[in-house]
Amino acid sequence: MPPPEKPRNPPVRRLQPLGHYWIANLRLMATLLIIWAAAGLGAGVLFADRLNELGPSLGGFPLGFWFAQQGSIILFILLILVYAIAMNRLDAQHHLEIEKASHEDQR
Amino acid sequence: MSVLAWTYLLVGLSFTLYLVIAWLSRVKDTRGFYVAGRGIPASVNGMATGADWMSAASFLSMAGLISTMGYAGGVYLMGWTGGFVLLALLLAPYLRKFGHFTVPDFIGDRYESSTARIVAVVCAVFVSFVYVTGQMRGVGVVFARFLEVDINAGVVIGMTIVFVYATLGGMKGITWTQAAQYWVLITAFLVPAIAISIQLTGQVVPSVGMGSSLTGEQVYLLDRLNQIHADLGFASYTAPFEHPAWNRLNVFCTTLALMVGTAGLPHVIVRFYTVRTVSAARWSAFWALFFIGLLYLTAPATAAFARYYMIQSLQGQSGEELPPWFRSWERTGLIVWLDDGDGRVRYSNREDNEIFRSGALTSVRFAEIRADHERWLSGGRGADGRAVLRELGLSGPDTDIIVLATPEMAGLFNWIIALVAAGGLAAALSTASGLLLVISSSVAHDLYFRIVNPQATEARRLLVGRTVIGLSVVVAGIFGIYPPAFVSQVVAFAFGLAASSFFPAIVLGIFSRRVGTIPAIAGMIVGIGFTSSYIVGYVFFGMPAWFFGINAQGIGAAGMALNFLVAAALTPLFPPPSAEVQRIVENIREPEGAGPALEIESAPEH
Repeated sequence: MPPPEKPRNPPVRRLQPLGHYWIANLRLMATLLIIWAAAGLGAGVLFADRLNELGPSLGGFPLGFWFAQQGSIILFILLILVYAIAMNRLDAQHHLEIEKASHEDQR
Repeated sequence: MSVLAWTYLLVGLSFTLYLVIAWLSRVKDTRGFYVAGRGIPASVNGMATGADWMSAASFLSMAGLISTMGYAGGVYLMGWTGGFVLLALLLAPYLRKFGHFTVPDFIGDRYESSTARIVAVVCAVFVSFVYVTGQMRGVGVVFARFLEVDINAGVVIGMTIVFVYATLGGMKGITWTQAAQYWVLITAFLVPAIAISIQLTGQVVPSVGMGSSLTGEQVYLLDRLNQIHADLGFASYTAPFEHPAWNRLNVFCTTLALMVGTAGLPHVIVRFYTVRTVSAARWSAFWALFFIGLLYLTAPATAAFARYYMIQSLQGQSGEELPPWFRSWERTGLIVWLDDGDGRVRYSNREDNEIFRSGALTSVRFAEIRADHERWLSGGRGADGRAVLRELGLSGPDTDIIVLATPEMAGLFNWIIALVAAGGLAAALSTASGLLLVISSSVAHDLYFRIVNPQATEARRLLVGRTVIGLSVVVAGIFGIYPPAFVSQVVAFAFGLAASSFFPAIVLGIFSRRVGTIPAIAGMIVGIGFTSSYIVGYVFFGMPAWFFGINAQGIGAAGMALNFLVAAALTPLFPPPSAEVQRIVENIREPEGAGPALEIESAPEH
């Protein structure tokens, strides 16, 4: 993950709101990617044997095995859904900020 | 109606449908040819991405692999779906905003270098060729078994169909055809899985059935499988890391390499150029994984069901009792029984195993082994074919037949069996066409138009594009007839290479304004050089897995890390990119203005 951008002298005024937008975007991305890694590579691989032995079993599924063959996929789909909804909301907010900024410019 | 008649009917109908769609969506300009005129709705694009993505390997081989690998099969499930999360979060919206035709276009423009563009073109073409080979082979396998033609004739028929609709419709034709192919393949995959799930466990949803108990018994299906496996000397079905080749590190690296490779595959990335807006690119990533998930959540269930049926229907049977599906598959050499003289089939993981496959052996050599074995059995000279095949690593049936044979094993209706054949063909053809388009656009757009002849007219570029597709189909077909390894293994290599070349370069290009030309190119070359030499050495020259014991499928993860490291280490030593590129990066991150502004793409000076 790259560090958040330092504010440079923006060449155009409308780039100003991109700062908030970009940081919010990076934060959302980081959160979702942590869940992604924890579910797939963590529960599905690194801790699969321990989850199989210690975790509660889901019906006939040992838990680690379930994560590797079912659970991680379900989570992946949900992660993208959350991302699409949250980002599109963020985009809309960003759009409003830009409009406001350009109105102020005109004044 | 017989299975054969049903197969001809369903395959014929589906092929007609594809050709009709191709004709209706034929295109006249390069924009339509490469990015479908950017007018595809998100959900349709998701479906098309799904079909593009779910290849012969996903449809035919994956459930079979999981069936023999048990837990470790999860590397394919997690790897091939997890990559879409990376794609959706890190690449798709930004590349859509960038808005050029191809992945090499992005690399070339972001790193301001023809060298970078050429490296990317070479990678894209190489990855796509490796991948398309597996598809053509898959087409051959389906034709050989279901339409009772020679495997090579099957490859030629498949090539012809792809040739027609890919050259006619380009990306537009391919996208709409793929949406149709998605429904054919998902129906073909789900219908038998649901039928078997009901038959075995009484559950309608296969994913639930897999974790349920067998009908009329108190035992969970998975527990029963583990018990059968233990009795026959196979590793446990659900316990991880029991097989030395699939230890924790290798499962981890392979999963990661497949995930990152998925996100870096040019034929998947290019799908996100075909939607209208940045927001639609995100939604189409969601729809893509949703549609893909339907198959990927069902595949492990099919795998477990097939494993159970396979062992149950073969174990201890005499020659006359063997089910008809076994006899029809034996002709293809994908499953073979070499008796030890007691007249009973024994399938195990020990020396007394009697089930084998012919693998890459020529049919002449294979017939020799069988004849030798017969002689050995009747007490004459000759050799124990079981020992010979075990030596060659050909124990057990070929994993490619699991999906195709399971409906027959379960004794489902003839039309369901035929449906699977149509689905397998849809999966193979849809992926092949997407890949061929990437090869065509890489050569005709990135190489010919952007580097060799920037003055080329629209008509000429389209002609070059079509010619390249035509040539690629032929080359892919030749690879399909003489395959380097079996379907899934070939595909796995494409991922290692995609992971170690594109993914780091694109991510750095979007998320860092500082990384310049030389670090990026050096990273790509080191990444792909390391990965490909490791895979080639390991697979073809018997090189030991010297890098921490990581196998060929997982090495792409290390190659990717190297690529990132090299690029990061060199960055401070070289100048940052120009103001123009800084502006491009800034613009990619800005979600606004992705709409009409892009019309400029069609301008001749682009």
